[in-house]
Amino acid sequence: MAELLQRVADSGDIEAFRTLFRDYAPRVKSYMLRQGADPTTAEELAQETLLTVWRKAHLYSGDKASATTWIFTIARNLRIDKFRRESMWVALPNSYDEEPSTEALPDEVLAEAERKARVRRALSTLPPNLYEVVALSYIEGLSHSQIAERLGLPIGTVKSRMRHAYYVIRETLKDLK
Amino acid sequence: MMKIMHHPKPESLMSCSAGSMPEAFAAIMASHIEICPACRKDLAWLEHVGGALLESLSPAHVSCPAPVMAMRAGEAGDDQYNVDITQPVGDVPSPLVQAVGRDLDSINWTPVRPGVWEHQIALKTRDRGHLRLTKVAPGQTFPEHRHRSSIIALVLRGSWRGASGHYQAGDVADFGEETEHPPIADPDYGCICLIATDERP
Repeated sequence: MAELLQRVADSGDIEAFRTLFRDYAPRVKSYMLRQGADPTTAEELAQETLLTVWRKAHLYSGDKASATTWIFTIARNLRIDKFRRESMWVALPNSYDEEPSTEALPDEVLAEAERKARVRRALSTLPPNLYEVVALSYIEGLSHSQIAERLGLPIGTVKSRMRHAYYVIRETLKDLK
Repeated sequence: MMKIMHHPKPESLMSCSAGSMPEAFAAIMASHIEICPACRKDLAWLEHVGGALLESLSPAHVSCPAPVMAMRAGEAGDDQYNVDITQPVGDVPSPLVQAVGRDLDSINWTPVRPGVWEHQIALKTRDRGHLRLTKVAPGQTFPEHRHRSSIIALVLRGSWRGASGHYQAGDVADFGEETEHPPIADPDYGCICLIATDERP
């Protein structure tokens, strides 16, 4: 995927973009639906996310993260902006799209790829009760108190599970820092 | 450059990365992250969690093809997509400038009790928490607050001291239900904080 995105970035390759669109728009739409958007809005937001990918592709550099992570941040920011209308606070720095990086060193590219792979592996081995709160936060866009309500748990339990998930994942990245 | 000693808790960083914090809390996180390289670094790997979860979703049917026309149209005028990043000036973090202006000295403060002033910040969404600036005179205590749910505070100017430590500009106090005696503002300079709570104080 990162390769397709690189082709879009380097030469505005429309065919590469069509492939990216075919692969990602359905997942982004699925994400928007889970966040509570109606089907029409979800499709519009998926289109807009991929359009933003096209427009900002020149800012993408493989060092920062995988294509999926980059697309996630774009979808997340668009969702906050359009769906919750909180554009005032969207400015999450380190959004990859706002920091065109200098040429990445090969070592950094490798480290980032390794980081991504380890996060993924750690996530897939999380105990179900920890995975559940992480997924509700990222995929359904629920706050701590909304997760507590959904699961019928005290908010303190939700927070401690999320904290635990954070430490489990971070532990696997320890030697990369 | 100030040295930041107190950071948001991991569960707050995670929620922030997920984009699922109540608006009032998101405002504090955005203001802290702007000046905290350590938290930015955390957010960078946390975003891989979002990427992995996005990939794990089963695809929904998309009826429209790739918007090639819009792509071409967009190429002509790309400027509208450039984000206007306000440079931080003084002690107002740039995400806050739009809401309170650039100068903490020209805030329209409302006295709460002797030595304590507040300024409520209107949020764009309902039921997304409460956000306010609180100014406390040198040596005075902050208003009593019960932590029934959550409270996150960012020091903008001066400092305060409480049971959990000394908090200076840039530091974040991220409390859950645990209670703490009201902290005391810096004896010389007082303190101005940005405070987010779930419930109206």
